[in-house]
Amino acid sequence: MIPISFDYEAPESIEDAIRLLGEGGEEAKLLAGGHSLVPLMKLRLAAPSLLVDLRRVPGLRGVESSNGGGVESSTGGFRIGAMTPHRQLELSPELGLVSRAAATIADPQVRHRGTIGGSVAHGDPASDLPAVLLAAEAHVAATGPDGEREIAAEDLFQDYLTTALGDQEVLTHVSFPDISAYGSGYEKFNRRSEDWAMVAVAALVRVRDGVCEDVRVGLTHMAGVPLRAKATEDALRGQPAEAQAIAQAAEQAAEGTDPPGDLNSTPEYKRHLARVLTRRALTEAAGVGG
Amino acid sequence: MSRAVRVRITVNGEPREADVEPRLLLVHFLRDTLGLTGTHVGCDTSNCGACTVHLGGEAVKSCTILAVQADGSEVRTIEGMASDGALHPMQEAFWANHGLQCGYCTPGMIMVAADLIEKRPDASEAEIRHTLEGNLCRCTGYHNIVKAVQDAASKAREEAGAAS
Amino acid sequence: MSAVEQEAPARFVGRSLRRKEDPPLITGKGRYVDDISLPGMLHAAIVRSHEAHARIVSIDASAARERADVVAVLTGEDLDDLLAPLPMAWVPPDVEVKAPEHWPLARAEVCHVGDPVAVVIGEDRYSVVDAAEEVLVEYEPLPVVVDMEAALEDGSPLVHESLGTNRSHEWSIGGGDLDGAFADAEVVVERRIVNHRTAGTAIEPRGTIADWRQDSLTLWTSTQIPHLVRLQLAGMLGVSEDRLRVIAPDVGGGFGSKLNVYGEEVLLAHCARRLGRPIKWIETRSENLQTTTHGRDQIDYVRLAAKRDGTITGLHVKILQDLGAYLQLLTPAVPSLGAFVMSGCYKIPAIRTDVVGVYTNKFATDAVRGAGRPEATHLVELMVEQLATELEMDSLELRRKNFIPKEDFPAEVASGVIYDSGDYHASLDKLLEHVDLDAFRREQAELREQGIHRGIGFSTYTEICGLAPSRIVGPGGFGLQGGFWESAIVRVHPSGAATVFTGSSPHGEGLDSGFAQFVSDRLGIDPEQVEVIHGDTGTGPFGMGTYGSRSLAVGGESASRAAGKVAEKARRIVAHMLEAAPEDIEVADGRFQVRGSPDKGMTLAEVAGAAYIPEDLPEGMEPGLEETSFYDPENFVFPFGAHACICEVDVETGKIRVVRYVAVDDCGPAINPMLIDGQVHGGVAHAIGQALYEQIAYDEDGQLVTGTFVDYALPTAAELPSFETDRTETPSPVNELGVKGVGEAGTIAATPAVVSAVVDALRPLGITFLDMPLTPVRVWQAIEQARTNGGAGGSAPAGSRPGDGAAPDGGES
Repeated sequence: MIPISFDYEAPESIEDAIRLLGEGGEEAKLLAGGHSLVPLMKLRLAAPSLLVDLRRVPGLRGVESSNGGGVESSTGGFRIGAMTPHRQLELSPELGLVSRAAATIADPQVRHRGTIGGSVAHGDPASDLPAVLLAAEAHVAATGPDGEREIAAEDLFQDYLTTALGDQEVLTHVSFPDISAYGSGYEKFNRRSEDWAMVAVAALVRVRDGVCEDVRVGLTHMAGVPLRAKATEDALRGQPAEAQAIAQAAEQAAEGTDPPGDLNSTPEYKRHLARVLTRRALTEAAGVGG
Repeated sequence: MSRAVRVRITVNGEPREADVEPRLLLVHFLRDTLGLTGTHVGCDTSNCGACTVHLGGEAVKSCTILAVQADGSEVRTIEGMASDGALHPMQEAFWANHGLQCGYCTPGMIMVAADLIEKRPDASEAEIRHTLEGNLCRCTGYHNIVKAVQDAASKAREEAGAAS
Repeated sequence: MSAVEQEAPARFVGRSLRRKEDPPLITGKGRYVDDISLPGMLHAAIVRSHEAHARIVSIDASAARERADVVAVLTGEDLDDLLAPLPMAWVPPDVEVKAPEHWPLARAEVCHVGDPVAVVIGEDRYSVVDAAEEVLVEYEPLPVVVDMEAALEDGSPLVHESLGTNRSHEWSIGGGDLDGAFADAEVVVERRIVNHRTAGTAIEPRGTIADWRQDSLTLWTSTQIPHLVRLQLAGMLGVSEDRLRVIAPDVGGGFGSKLNVYGEEVLLAHCARRLGRPIKWIETRSENLQTTTHGRDQIDYVRLAAKRDGTITGLHVKILQDLGAYLQLLTPAVPSLGAFVMSGCYKIPAIRTDVVGVYTNKFATDAVRGAGRPEATHLVELMVEQLATELEMDSLELRRKNFIPKEDFPAEVASGVIYDSGDYHASLDKLLEHVDLDAFRREQAELREQGIHRGIGFSTYTEICGLAPSRIVGPGGFGLQGGFWESAIVRVHPSGAATVFTGSSPHGEGLDSGFAQFVSDRLGIDPEQVEVIHGDTGTGPFGMGTYGSRSLAVGGESASRAAGKVAEKARRIVAHMLEAAPEDIEVADGRFQVRGSPDKGMTLAEVAGAAYIPEDLPEGMEPGLEETSFYDPENFVFPFGAHACICEVDVETGKIRVVRYVAVDDCGPAINPMLIDGQVHGGVAHAIGQALYEQIAYDEDGQLVTGTFVDYALPTAAELPSFETDRTETPSPVNELGVKGVGEAGTIAATPAVVSAVVDALRPLGITFLDMPLTPVRVWQAIEQARTNGGAGGSAPAGSRPGDGAAPDGGES
């Protein structure tokens, strides 16, 4: 199980990376940590003719607060370099929901190498971070031949393994807005701890005076793309942060989803899981006991 | 045919250099190019962890990394764990606690466990088990592997205590 | 009085010494097949069918052959000079087994996904994979049958048209008045129990290197049975056995999956002879899940007859065994090992097991850790639970009531085998010392108040192992084509160190260490002075290999006996030199010394010196100090034990967590308790894997759905708890060491304990029966269905037809 032959470049600037992607044409691919791409190449499900490795490109690693400097708390929002490995996020509890979700990805070895940029750009609906980006209303920054642009998470994930990123665009950063006023919950369901999510739910709730002022729920692996559970969000917004209201809202978590079944799940089961996990994630996010 | 790429990788403290096909996996660079066969291959899908080595001081799966990606890096394999004829404490602990049977998953287990305990010698059983989630063993049921890691951790703590 | 009993207390037997095997394995110096490289070595990749059933219309290998890095591409017709197809070793008297020819490369037709069609041989590991993709095979699809019950229906597609049926064979074993038992039964419980297909998945995949030089072949292969591979290769290749040497180097686990003669071994040998260069083939994990033997895969239609007071009076089991498309070495024999011990721990006067072998378009099943016995324990223990539910009795009381009492041993059971020794009550009592059942029931009730569902499940098992004796297992008995003894040579070197050559062929069990402990005790030396050599047909005596928990009880006994013969000769030498009587010489404190005069004695090194420089040996004694034993036991051995499992079920999602697992096992006196515990841990984890996580699944087109470790879900450390183990020690009268095997015990015992724990947790929801694997979705479906049924008794497990105990084809055959 080894990849088909390809050429390899490791440019030292974004500009060179973009140029190489252009020269390489459609069959050129960016390589970050390689933990989404290389497994597919080994199984020969992907066969790029050129890999452009971003490892030497400066400025793509690490977390900084949006107002510059380090991140002691997530107040003010933060920006994560695309080449930042999951492990670094896992070891940064101040990143809250992002850190918690990153800690559940695969296993430690994969988290040491897999990156947020690679994971997001791959657009796998079973990945943990895309739904987190959706719930947090994050943006990604991408640089291409025509310069830099920002893409909102809700516009990024277009179809199964398909994102809005152009062939010659390099995802450079993921920017999270200030979510410090939100409580968070992350519920991932899988058979084994190292497995992809059968279903996962990322929840953010801002509670003021006992009322759910804002509610955001991201769903993983409930369709060909990560989704927001809009019906649940709408149902809970303005409601008291109490178990009953949460349970009622969570009943609508599977609305508008189109989950794929497989050997270990059925669409019906996954919809059920989405409801249960949404309730649990919201319960935690809203700080409701029990 | 692709263009060969020169890689320079320091393996177990020794600088090594070779022209490699870009598709050469790090595990095959170690095993076939350098003859370091202690690192094993047990699956095609990054699940089993038998190929675990340290890259830049972190446990990684060398079957999912291209040798060219490791260019300029430091790699440590199971062959580099013992020094001056003395076993690494994690090797010693696996031996003392019967943490291996057929031995095939063992190098990967030792590498991932050593990485954990170097960084967090106070890891709980739950944390140890969670850390081993990317390494499959069919012989031991993991019981004695976990025991070995706990043993090595407690010795590391004692040593740290004695040193401070 | 046996020789062992004459000796002074053991210095090493019974101690948890650390293993001799480990230093190379923990330092990266192990030598598995893929670690071996030979000068000029070529690499092979195999082109496999992606169709489950098809006629091969054409194979176009021209593009692959034209590549500069490819040396040869061979297809089925290139193997015409093989003298025999792949072997199947079970030819029972009076049973006709309809078997297809099975060649290393398919001829004209492929019958399962992964069926090898061509082999590409080239200069390096990577390029042969590229070239294999360039071999173009045109297939004409044929109808596919995947489900074994469907395969027995009239009009089913045939896996092998030439056989005219998918039914390979039928076979029965049993004893007692079964019809009478059911006629007089006060209660009859019936169940259809599915024991699904799994894989052995040693973490080292298979691999083979063939090196043919000057009319001699050396074959390194990852196998449990090097001598048998050599014997079979000789026949297939038409080469005298003495020209073949088969070496099992370090083997990275077997679990039955390497207890076979595989097509690739023959293919590599054939190609190396033809091309005149050594060739290596290393299996990928994807290939391993496709074409290394699977295990289990039987449907059991079970009927249990009993009296109202709980006395079990009869058991009828009809087994449908899914063979897959071909018969590997032991495929059809597997359920029979279960049939021998269908009594479990119970005194059941009448039992019959009827086996029907069924072909389907899947890869062959064969032995996987336990081989037939896990299936038997599973169904017997679940039926006991079902009966307890039916009678509203405590299931442990029911077990105790029916246990074969200690004083009955040796005990002949209905299948005709004789259980050698046992004390089932003691085993269960010891288990309950660890598990405070009353306390658990209180805790369980409290947790249920909080909505937490925990349950406890039990399994009391007995198994048959130590395969041997030849007269029962062999051609005239059970029908396996071979002898089932084991061999050993113990050679004491002039320096006093010893080498043991054994016909056993371990792959992780710790055999070197265990053997060294009793051999060193017998010879008065340290285990460090005992080297154990195995797995090489070029060095040791012919041997049968390691499987069926036989290596200690048969191979170990053989080594012990050879060491005993050496000790006996040493005694005579010492007696002669010290002018004492041989019967007064004992091994104590690391010396051969005169009983009562510890100052008078000799070390083994001194004895060896005298034996190799024969200046003063007893009259007529040959020089040297080396003995051989070929040991064929009089009976099997029957380990047993009692296990308990506590599981917690998330009833909202169906996910199960094993909270606690306690195992009490009895494999006779312990040689090395640490090794026993290790075997139990691994066996239990393997069975938890089957019960909760693992499944080989094909879709209706015969495509393998679980073809990588992403989908074939071995449990990891994060899914399992630490285990609690304890032992009782009931010696076997069969061998001098008194030992029984333990390699499969955990796997044989654990699945019913896990399943019963889950059922116990879910009983308040109206669930009384579940089939494996207990995946979350299936558990959730069962809960939903039970809720729909208003929590009425009986059960509604996914993929199962409870209460449908009658066999679909022919019923009472």
